[in-house]
Amino acid sequence: MSNEIDFIRSSLPQAQRPDRSRRVDVGGIEVSVVEWGDETSQPLLLAHGGFDFAGTWDLFAPLLAEQGFRVVAWDQRGHGDSDMADLYTWEADMRDAARVIESLGTSKPIPVLGHSKGGGMMNQLAEVLPHRVSAVINLDGIPNERGFTNQVDRSDVNALAAELSGWLDHRRKAGQMSRRADTIEGLAERRKLMNPRLSTEWLKYLVTVGARCDDDGWRWKIDPTLRFGPSGAWRPEWAIPRLRGLHVPYLGVIGTVKEEMGWGTTPEEAFPILPEGAEFHALADTGHFVHIERPDYVAEITNDFLGRVL
Amino acid sequence: MTTTFLEHVRSRLALHELRDGQGHPLLILHGLGERSPSAAPEVVQGWRGPIFALDFTGHGASSVPVGGGYTCEALMSDADAVLAELGPVTLLGYGLGGYVGLLLFGSRPTEIKGLVIEDGPGLDGGGGRPTSPRLLHVSASDLDGSTPDPWAMAELASDIRPPSYAADHVRQIEALSELELAVSVTSLGRPEWLTAILESPVVVESDATAALSTFASL
Repeated sequence: MSNEIDFIRSSLPQAQRPDRSRRVDVGGIEVSVVEWGDETSQPLLLAHGGFDFAGTWDLFAPLLAEQGFRVVAWDQRGHGDSDMADLYTWEADMRDAARVIESLGTSKPIPVLGHSKGGGMMNQLAEVLPHRVSAVINLDGIPNERGFTNQVDRSDVNALAAELSGWLDHRRKAGQMSRRADTIEGLAERRKLMNPRLSTEWLKYLVTVGARCDDDGWRWKIDPTLRFGPSGAWRPEWAIPRLRGLHVPYLGVIGTVKEEMGWGTTPEEAFPILPEGAEFHALADTGHFVHIERPDYVAEITNDFLGRVL
Repeated sequence: MTTTFLEHVRSRLALHELRDGQGHPLLILHGLGERSPSAAPEVVQGWRGPIFALDFTGHGASSVPVGGGYTCEALMSDADAVLAELGPVTLLGYGLGGYVGLLLFGSRPTEIKGLVIEDGPGLDGGGGRPTSPRLLHVSASDLDGSTPDPWAMAELASDIRPPSYAADHVRQIEALSELELAVSVTSLGRPEWLTAILESPVVVESDATAALSTFASL
């Protein structure tokens, strides 16, 4: 490891790389699975958000490992150190999550925690595999009736035309694309545009774990064929009528400061749709990345919750 | 029939020229689990331009992706790769191919010279509104790289096709295509998405031969 990486990582001593890593075959492609904590402890599965990767848990996961959990996270297909896929869908990501749980070698139900898209995925996992899930913790991945924060107004013909043709234009070029090479500082600055509340120190740290160093510079590992933004008919709000039917202990946490990457769900929208008896925290002065902005507090309420319900 | 292959994202797509001709091309999009016909079907015998047919990803002579992940949007982009190759075309879509054709028309409204939607496998998909989610499963022993890919069969028979989503696309066609008749529905099948687009003035129920004759003159 170079001195530069050492220096950047040492600026965040509380962040810890995982204790173990392995690869899991999810049907012809492999995903990277990482773990923090004692291998014999109670497993806790973490699901990252869209365009994130397992390394984004480096601040939060060690705090739960310290509390006695075997914290398990994986890179979704095309993200982080997992293989790139030919095609991507929410449903394929769901299947991969189930394969990661199978790889834990236990048939007992386990608690699952997800951030953003990962939170939405864990909501669905508790519905499709209720016998494998003992608790759900959702970090700023609770849907609302208005859909995504950044979605285009579909009644605006020109805006929708730009989105639809833009997606196809991207696909026409995607086979030959690679992520843009840059310095560590450059990648951190670009990520800050989408993660404006996160510190430059943290974003530079993320570059050292979520990007690779090629001859011409650093580039994010994420599959260049993936494109940020909603496409297709699927909408997060489809989950709303089903959330109350989850008969599993449920902890919902949302940040109250709206952000580009967030779902923009307000406390007034979130709480009424959660399962009966759900615990709910709306964090003041906190954005979408609740576990990165306030790792200690979110780990504390997570640990308290799991201590009561498991 | 001559076949060329288009490299598109991570797929190798088989594009078959069924017949040469004078005028703009007709592109046939097959149904779920099908492959392109080896000869021009009866309904297009009056078409004077060249006639092409595309095998979607995971179908016919096209490549099979690993690990599934199919969406109608990905198939729409397969067909868009043909637009990049041939320029403007008229579309004839069967079942799934009809829905994919609508999505492409709505996304490239100035590059499609009419769409005919015929009956065929995969016309409905998973219906018009979200139902209980489930984890799809395909036996590893069935994944031998042959077509049709079992993941395509499973995923594209269960994807949700909201009427409002189809209506959004037909509204783009109305606003941007400048065609008075843009979509001809000849299918007996009437999934919710298809019923929704029939409310548009540019979508009509008609005979396929008559519609193709109109589209040929565009």
